[in-house]
Amino acid sequence: MLTFSRQEPGRRKQTGNEGIIMTSESIVHFHRMKDMPSSHLLGTGTPMCAGCGGLETLHNMYDILGEKTVFVNAAGCMTLLSVYPFTPFRGGWLYTAMASAPAGAQGVRDAMDILLQKKKLSTEDNMEVVVITGDGSAYGMGLSATSAAMDRNLNFIYLCYDNEGYGNTGQQYSAATPHAAITSTSKGSHGYPGFKKDLFSIWAAHRPAYVATIIGAEPLDLAKKIEKLQTMTGPRMLISLAPCPTGWDYDPKLSVEIGRLAVQTGIWPLKEYSDGKIKHTKIPKQRKPVEDYLKLQGRFKHLFEPQRDEAGIAEIQARIDAYWTRVMA
Amino acid sequence: MNRKLLTGNAAAAWGARLAQVDYVPAFPITPQTEIIENLSLWIDSGEMDARLVTLESEHSMITAAGSAATSGVRVFTSTSSQGLLYGMEMIYTVAGWRAPFVMVNVSRGLSSPITLEPDHNDIMAARDSGFLQIHCATCQEITDSVLMAYRLAEHKDIRVPAIVNQDGFYLSFTREPVSLPDADRAAAFVGEFDPENLQFKASAPLSQAMAVLGGGPYSYFRYETHLAVQRALSVYEEVADEFASAFGRRYDIIDNYRMDDAEYAFVMMGSFATKAHDAVDSLRNAGWKVGLARLRLFRPFPQEKIRQLLTARRAVAVIDQNISMGMGGVLHSEVAAALYGLKNAPAVLASYIGGLGGRDISQVEFFEMINELKHASDKSEPLPPRLLYTENELTEIRKLQAIAQVEHADIQQAGTGQAETDRK
Repeated sequence: MLTFSRQEPGRRKQTGNEGIIMTSESIVHFHRMKDMPSSHLLGTGTPMCAGCGGLETLHNMYDILGEKTVFVNAAGCMTLLSVYPFTPFRGGWLYTAMASAPAGAQGVRDAMDILLQKKKLSTEDNMEVVVITGDGSAYGMGLSATSAAMDRNLNFIYLCYDNEGYGNTGQQYSAATPHAAITSTSKGSHGYPGFKKDLFSIWAAHRPAYVATIIGAEPLDLAKKIEKLQTMTGPRMLISLAPCPTGWDYDPKLSVEIGRLAVQTGIWPLKEYSDGKIKHTKIPKQRKPVEDYLKLQGRFKHLFEPQRDEAGIAEIQARIDAYWTRVMA
Repeated sequence: MNRKLLTGNAAAAWGARLAQVDYVPAFPITPQTEIIENLSLWIDSGEMDARLVTLESEHSMITAAGSAATSGVRVFTSTSSQGLLYGMEMIYTVAGWRAPFVMVNVSRGLSSPITLEPDHNDIMAARDSGFLQIHCATCQEITDSVLMAYRLAEHKDIRVPAIVNQDGFYLSFTREPVSLPDADRAAAFVGEFDPENLQFKASAPLSQAMAVLGGGPYSYFRYETHLAVQRALSVYEEVADEFASAFGRRYDIIDNYRMDDAEYAFVMMGSFATKAHDAVDSLRNAGWKVGLARLRLFRPFPQEKIRQLLTARRAVAVIDQNISMGMGGVLHSEVAAALYGLKNAPAVLASYIGGLGGRDISQVEFFEMINELKHASDKSEPLPPRLLYTENELTEIRKLQAIAQVEHADIQQAGTGQAETDRK
């Protein structure tokens, strides 16, 4: 018996999630910032860097998902959240390896479903399985396992905290690194020659239940998306841009500002995919010039010093403009 | 008892079915695929109450096997050769998780060159992982060993995964009569899986497989796994006794054949030992005092039993169906380590490498080994390690090389001709 079935998005049978209450209509609780949880669920004192944009996202997300969650982790910065015998999580945690966190989630979900079916696990004891990986795993080594988890319509949530490089090893470039960024393996005068891979589209092409981009600096948008995906089953995929003071070379106090600028300049479009459609959830009315975002970060300093690289900045701006022209058309 | 003609693969699948496994993460690879095809068929037809999920690689398959086992269900999986190596990161990882499940490995030689036929280099690569290893020589043994392996893996003093190994083609695709244990009695023998604390549930939060900082905690957990694997030596005896009283078949850690008064001995693992079995009979008929020791349990390594068994023999030939490049036979090294420093250790402990990629080990070769052992022990001279290969095989490979060279010369000539044409 195959335990998964190909179904039309949005018409998924509610299998394998006994005990997690699902409704067909999303009930939006988060209209304003005032509606957001006022205390954090995730424990403090983790070894994440000051100003970690990934941790900011995780805090916001965890407050809404709650403690009935098993986090299945791949090698990356967040692996250091749970170092024996301490953990900031109130639910479950399983570290796997760099390539196979979605497969780890498959085993946990299947086992819990089997136990629910055999009445060896009560519905109150059921938990949501959440994969948490960096961009190195999500965009590269783990992409095959992620693709296959979506093929199998695995009922799970995937959070990629995308700090645009192999951050835990000192920010070497990855497939998520943006054009021109200086990383520890692209230190030349023009930075990284490649272009950031469009993981959102790759994921969406699998037609999973849900794909969204989020960012910790826009907590209301993030909260609405988490709330929405909680009403769904199947693969629910999130990519959070994760401003990274150590990897991007800026003062940690600027993390929120840089996050907001990523949205306001349009370089990080906030959007979601469901039911075969892509919707932009926060369209900047008047996009700020991308250099407002770039110039705060040491990794793009070479675009401004010792002299402005007009062509380089214009090229980045042109790509953003072209994206939004396509979107608004 | 239900006696059937079964391939080794079918026998492995029956082992999983009789153990009433809950979950089968799967991935196809020759010569193992028939195992998951059998299980899939039974699950689809409702004969077996389990879930089978095909992952996209062995790396993911072993991850899912480990994560399901640590989430509290009974897991079976199987692989072979390249698949085992592709999943090797997770083989080591899930053993450290102390995830108790059973995996059948169908041994097949490793690339390169790529081949389908058996030897033990694949399974040797898992040697240091923390998996228990049981090596089989018959199809009957495969079914029975899968049942026994669950008892070992799930034992509260052990709690590590176990590999049951069988040889590709020689067992996987060979039908032998197998007495299938009665389903109820098999279920009673294996018992219910009690995951103890291994489970994710909301009311009992648990972090598993966490990172450690520093060599102190790291060493502690590594030693714990090592000691757990070693405890399988004594637990094995209990399990084997119980199995014998339930089903009438007793499987010792080392399967000895005509060893009692043997002056010379072959030491082997896996189905190729059945070839040595025949050679022992022939040699005994010719008046030689020869025996065969076949290791069933390779991890934990039965060091003490090896000592008891091989001391006071004149000479011993360890035949490895594997090769550690630049060193030689893995089993030979381990047997030598077990015997080192013992006063009455055999004067000659010879190493033979054979059976790579399914290459036969002929009866004549076994006879010749005993001849060599006798001469060496008469003269108290050590024997250099031998790589078994006949003149005939060398002639055959020379023919293939000649063809390859002719083809090569033809291409070169054609290439030169082309170049000349181009110049014109």
